[in-house]
Amino acid sequence: MSFEPSESATDAREGLLTSQLLGSATAVLRFCLVTVATFLGLLAITFFVGRVVPIDPVLAVVGDRASNEVYNAARQAMGLDRPLVIQFFSYVGDVFTGNLGMSISTGRPVAEDLARFFPATLEMATIGILIGVLLGVPMGVLAATRQGSWIDQLIRVLGLLGYSVPAFWLGLVGLAVFYAGLGWVAGPGRIDIFYDGIVEPVTGLYLIDSLVAGEWDIFWNALDHLMLPASILGFFSLAYIGRMTRSFMLDQLGHEYVTTARVKGVPERRVIWRHAFYPIRIQLITVIGLSYAALLEGSVMIETVFSWPGIGNYLTNALLNADMNAVLGATLVIGAVFILINKISDVLYRILDPRARK
Amino acid sequence: MSTPLLEIDGLTVTFPTARGPVDVVKGISFTLGRERLGIVGESGSGKSMTGRSILRLIRKPGKVTARRMTFDGVDLLSLSERQMRDLRGARISMVMQDPKFSLNPVMTVGEQIAEALVTHKKLPRRELKERVLAMLEAVRINDPSRVAGLYPHEVSGGMGQRIMIAMMLIPEPDLLIADEPTSALDVSVQAQVLDIIDDLVTGKGMGLILISHDLNLVSRYCDRILVMNSGEIVEQCKASDLHNAQHPYTRGLIAAMPRMNEDRDELPVLDRSTWTTGAGT
Repeated sequence: MSFEPSESATDAREGLLTSQLLGSATAVLRFCLVTVATFLGLLAITFFVGRVVPIDPVLAVVGDRASNEVYNAARQAMGLDRPLVIQFFSYVGDVFTGNLGMSISTGRPVAEDLARFFPATLEMATIGILIGVLLGVPMGVLAATRQGSWIDQLIRVLGLLGYSVPAFWLGLVGLAVFYAGLGWVAGPGRIDIFYDGIVEPVTGLYLIDSLVAGEWDIFWNALDHLMLPASILGFFSLAYIGRMTRSFMLDQLGHEYVTTARVKGVPERRVIWRHAFYPIRIQLITVIGLSYAALLEGSVMIETVFSWPGIGNYLTNALLNADMNAVLGATLVIGAVFILINKISDVLYRILDPRARK
Repeated sequence: MSTPLLEIDGLTVTFPTARGPVDVVKGISFTLGRERLGIVGESGSGKSMTGRSILRLIRKPGKVTARRMTFDGVDLLSLSERQMRDLRGARISMVMQDPKFSLNPVMTVGEQIAEALVTHKKLPRRELKERVLAMLEAVRINDPSRVAGLYPHEVSGGMGQRIMIAMMLIPEPDLLIADEPTSALDVSVQAQVLDIIDDLVTGKGMGLILISHDLNLVSRYCDRILVMNSGEIVEQCKASDLHNAQHPYTRGLIAAMPRMNEDRDELPVLDRSTWTTGAGT
């Protein structure tokens, strides 16, 4: 019993089809332009901030005992003697051709490094956010509908813990209990050493790559390694998402249209999910998008505790080694992820909220 | 009026507060047949609470008690929540105050009206759609098939309230409670909305409880009037006898209404000392 825009309205719309198509083409074009402009802004900020910080990338390469001639030659070779604006434009050009420069700490192209490190974070963050959403949202809804019950208390305690417990502590305790103590999960690292390098990296996501290759042993082993760190990330996003869902729902349940639904005699479950939960999906997308983006930034603590070769680790090492190309490259990836997630949220808003459609 | 549709005896609505329980409705009693009853009173007089407690929709921690509360022979207080749900919408329905807040913003108008019907009666899609469109037409909406596909933010306040009425009347209830149905509307559409309610209610022989703070409006659209003040019924009379009201509160209210050919420089203010015995409120 769906009441889509009615037939007569559709007829009227068909007459306007050409102009509509034109309109949506403009909308898509504008969407792309805005995205590109945002990305350029991101490039500019990372680039100039990278040049302003008191780290001398030349010194990082040649060492502090190099003679002046060597220093200058290296400076010239790296193109750092040119005016900043010129450097920026050549940097933008490089980025758009996929060239992020060489990393001085790993000795490989930064783009290649990122292609290895980012999927590790992506895999962990995705499982983490799935746990956070699949458990956090229903728990938040339950807590709001049964205010004061045990599930409500649980959500509040979890929310508090999520705020106050440090990630590295939880990681260490998790390892001590579930790996060393109970032996339920595998230890640090992405995969056992004897499985390493067997599967051809296609996506860089071990779970998917091993499935594609049909290597079930490797799949289970990778999952074994992933479970604990991903659950810990999942716990933090669960705490946050659950708390937010709870407060959004409490707000919703006070709305008049929820009472309207009850007046109509609608069963309570439908009142909660169809009438109160539907409208908050829009707010939840923001919350979920932001926490996913935060997870994709790479949790340095968790990645360190679990020897996880992710982007948080990579970025931290690069920073400590004054590896500017790697820092810029990793920052760029993280920034691009934020832009992408924001854009996806925007599109979802428009799908879910009739008021946001034009 | 053989057996009354609704019989209420000693209805009390209580809310716990930090300083002990507070009765917002204090043991009121009235009966209603298939007639139009108006409940008037100022804000906080308990008139909306009375309406909602008939549907048992007082939110926790509020509590409803009564010596007797029967609807069509059914004891409302002893019904399970499930049985109560079967009654809501299907037999007793309520039009709420402001369509801006009382219509779900992310469901189309048609879906919301249809929901009121299918909740109580499974119908084939085609018939359901026809019923919804016919109902929209009954509340004088032109081009109902277009309106059914709209979202609440795309319709005006007056239209929104007519949609609300359509939604509440489509399951053909026996009793309609209209809780300030026109207070949020422009004066010019108030009469229009009330006329629609009046037509449909009298046409189907339903009972109507019209809750309002507007004496004029209630006396025009109702057969009988209850005047409420701080949780109590202070006056009960026929709408036509309102000018003979006895209670000082009612007389004060009537006196405070401006007349068309006004010759008073100032409208009188209620003198509450004439009927409030205790101090406090």
